Amino acid sequence: MTSAQIDVLLVAVVVAASCAIPGTFLVLRRMAMMSDAISHTVLLGIVLAFFVVADLNSPILILGAALVGLLTVVLVEVVSRTGLVREDTAIGLVFPALFSIAVILISSLAGNVHLDSDAVLLGEIAFAPFNRFAPFGVDLGPIALWVMGAILLVNLAGTFLFFKELKLATFDPALAAALGFSPALVHYGLMAVVSVTAVGAFDAVGSILVVALMIGPPAAAYLLTDRLPRMLGLSVVIGAASAVGGYWLARLLDANIAGSMATVVGIAFILVLLLAPQRGLVATARRHRRQRWTFARQMLLIHLATHEGTPTEVDESRPDHMQRHMRWPPAFGNRVVQTATERGLIVLENDQLRLTPQGRQAAREAAVR
Amino acid sequence: MRLRTSNVLAVQATDLTLAYQQRPVLWDVDLDVPQGVLMAIVGPNGAGKTTLLRTVLGLLRPAAGEVRVFGRPYAEQRRLVAYVPQRGSVDWDFPTTALDIVTMGTYSGLGWVRRPGASERSRATAALAQVGMQAYADRQISQLSGGQQQRVFLARALVQDAQVYLMDEPFQGVDATTERAIVNLLRALRADGKTVVAVHHDLQTVAEYFDQVTLLNVRRIAAGPVGKVFTDENLRLTYGGRVAGIGGPTNGTEHEAHL
Amino acid sequence: MDVLSDLFLDYTLRTVALGSAALGIVSGALGAFAVLRRQALLGDAMSHAALPGVALAFLITGSRAPLVLMIGAALTGWLAAVAIVYIVRASRTNTDTAMALMLSVFFGAGLVVLTFIQRQPAAGKAGLDKFLFGQAAAMLESDVITMASVGAVGLLGVLVLWKEFKLLSFDPDFAATLGMPTRRLDMLLTSLLVIAIVVGLKTVGVVLMSAMVVAPGAAARQWTNRLGVMVTLSALFGAAAGVLGALLSTTAQTSTGPTIVLVATGLVVVSLLFAPTRGLVWTRMHAWRSQRILALEAVMSDLAALAAQHSSDATRPHDVAALHAVRGRALVDRALSELAADGLAQRHDGGGWSLTPRGLAEADRLARLRRAPSDFL
Repeated sequence: MTSAQIDVLLVAVVVAASCAIPGTFLVLRRMAMMSDAISHTVLLGIVLAFFVVADLNSPILILGAALVGLLTVVLVEVVSRTGLVREDTAIGLVFPALFSIAVILISSLAGNVHLDSDAVLLGEIAFAPFNRFAPFGVDLGPIALWVMGAILLVNLAGTFLFFKELKLATFDPALAAALGFSPALVHYGLMAVVSVTAVGAFDAVGSILVVALMIGPPAAAYLLTDRLPRMLGLSVVIGAASAVGGYWLARLLDANIAGSMATVVGIAFILVLLLAPQRGLVATARRHRRQRWTFARQMLLIHLATHEGTPTEVDESRPDHMQRHMRWPPAFGNRVVQTATERGLIVLENDQLRLTPQGRQAAREAAVR
Repeated sequence: MRLRTSNVLAVQATDLTLAYQQRPVLWDVDLDVPQGVLMAIVGPNGAGKTTLLRTVLGLLRPAAGEVRVFGRPYAEQRRLVAYVPQRGSVDWDFPTTALDIVTMGTYSGLGWVRRPGASERSRATAALAQVGMQAYADRQISQLSGGQQQRVFLARALVQDAQVYLMDEPFQGVDATTERAIVNLLRALRADGKTVVAVHHDLQTVAEYFDQVTLLNVRRIAAGPVGKVFTDENLRLTYGGRVAGIGGPTNGTEHEAHL
Repeated sequence: MDVLSDLFLDYTLRTVALGSAALGIVSGALGAFAVLRRQALLGDAMSHAALPGVALAFLITGSRAPLVLMIGAALTGWLAAVAIVYIVRASRTNTDTAMALMLSVFFGAGLVVLTFIQRQPAAGKAGLDKFLFGQAAAMLESDVITMASVGAVGLLGVLVLWKEFKLLSFDPDFAATLGMPTRRLDMLLTSLLVIAIVVGLKTVGVVLMSAMVVAPGAAARQWTNRLGVMVTLSALFGAAAGVLGALLSTTAQTSTGPTIVLVATGLVVVSLLFAPTRGLVWTRMHAWRSQRILALEAVMSDLAALAAQHSSDATRPHDVAALHAVRGRALVDRALSELAADGLAQRHDGGGWSLTPRGLAEADRLARLRRAPSDFL
């Protein structure tokens, strides 16, 4: 690997990690689409800040972007608070409008500056190594690495310091408010972090990939664990792995790097969706098949128990009636009756299924569940 | 149009079993509703009351059991059944008028593509009048009070001219006047030989408003005439001892549901 | 008015205007349902997801015929919608997350396919990047014809199944109890939304097309309480935004998509503020007016009460210091001067106030009205 490749990979991994952290909270708070909105509108902040400082490398740009990110959140709230449109409509109105302003402003700069909306959407991480951070002539690596490294540190420190508040405000906002942590403050803090991360990242990977890296890895991690710290860790790992995998895919296909990374994020999610040990589709299907037998047996027992001692018992406990009633195919029904008999839960007498004492006990336990 | 089918139950659901992801919501539940009665379905939160109603209506597919309406499968008898959903289940800011909502009750008779015409609208107007809402026909539905919205839903069911009315908490969050109006309406329906099954929350009014009751908590605990079935003992069984019964507070002994 | 005369003479401008009008009508009318069905963001996800479809359609067929690209766009946009529904149903992923995920992944895959195209000989690549932000000026007559015909199919669908879609949007459960196949209808209406999106892709672009689906509907909702009027208005707003935005962008040399979106947003802002009965300005005015009327009535009834204490001379002047103390000086003085202007109250020489005979009658009428049982519940 050349040193440029190592630089690109480093930047990609750091971007992925810093996106995954706020993304986890977005996914848990059901605000994933806000990342889409913010990652579009921060462009306006950059353009406006650029009009003020006229320097594309100024840190003021990040500040401007963060402010417009927050402005997006506020505007969405203001519009949906009128009660005239719903929140999803408000999001769908606000961010295209702000983004449109940004695109038009940029096109008015027309080529004077290296800032065009395509690049913002698509990103070009391949150029990251050529923009070096070299104070006093000492080459310290790509600027993007430093910027994103700083953002990653802020995200890590913020999550660490405010973990309790974030967790509480995410899972039980009412309790958080009662305990004196303002959920609104946590909300805006998180949105500020999302904005800063988005603007830092999209210079390298483009705004759409920011969405992929913020939402995809946490969405996958959410299918793997129930614990917040583990979900954060898994998100970072999945994000970093997708970024590295995406880079190699891009090299292999000679294709757009950001696009490849987003594609790999999608593949990673699908793999997790299929193969997650507990919640994966494969595991669920296998568990369902197993439980189908247990469930069918329980239904049989409960049905017998319900009609035990009632006038209709004779009819209700005939094996053929049972199977018609449960809508079981004959083969399946026979197996159910057979396994229940083998386990000593029922006996067949005069074409009547009867519960054994164990069967009665099992029925009771199943129904109480 | 009055069906003379005295021996056949208006609604007969047998052994309905339904589970969400292996968690049973209804276990082997029967629902027997004779024609011409007002039946309440009563039980604690999460007992499966709404689920039972939705299963009877074919909105949920049970793992086992079947639903018959006047002796024939529900799918064939759909026209005989009207549904009054919970008021909170729809968006009341939808751009439409009270009359338009009621007219929706006539859609099943229209078939595909055909639009409701003058005769449908006059039937809808009559149904609105029946619930005392004719003055509000052209109101946007968000400008109606909760009780008025509930009445619009009832009128929509009335216009269906059904035999069986399934109602999900018709008394939820309505004012006293509407509550009276609904009770009178239920009685008028009964006098007309119609059958009503309603999910009901207020234990205090069960005996006053309804003839029959089904006590439900995942399983059917008891069912039958209110006078016979709606007892402290059965309520304790249903609510697990966490309810002040109709005869005064009961000692909170957790009863294990037994079969 | 060069633009107006150009509109009829200049072929390009006329094509642009016609195409943008068609796009606006279709996305406005079909988007109205999306707004009502809380699918505003689904539209965003689907329009981003159309990118790989456009690119693949071109890559596979080598054709840039608008219909071919639209079919490709529709297929992947629709696939994304299906994937979102499926992921939500099959796992504990929530809708919001599934939408953001599919949006970005499909778009990313689209970028990958685009790079394949860019590597092909230069002849092919031109035009496709315009699908990001749209370019009205590049619109050809064939585009317009395709947009109009595809859009007409979508509009026809809504027209034919009007009552079914209305009931589905308002109360799907009730629709199901009537025996309507709600799942298939839902799928169909969502597919029509895909049509609304692909019709505008070349003009507005994948990134911003969702706004054209949302904004006209959101604006139209404020002006009416009837679904039929809302859908019609939404189509008109869409057309207006499309034509105005496209012409502006052609004359001002800005990107078409963003310009159209800003015009549409302007319509929304105007509607939110000024629409009668719902608009913010209207509701504020209404609240302010009813407050003022309440104040007038209160002061009138106060004066009437004072007059009743001196039954000998009902129009005897009273010192209003007591009223000032109870209701606040500013409110009372404003109410008094308004009552005086209406000839209901009069100021006496000593600075005291009383109702005029007409004011007394009016106060009496109001009092009786208040006591009467209300017809309303």
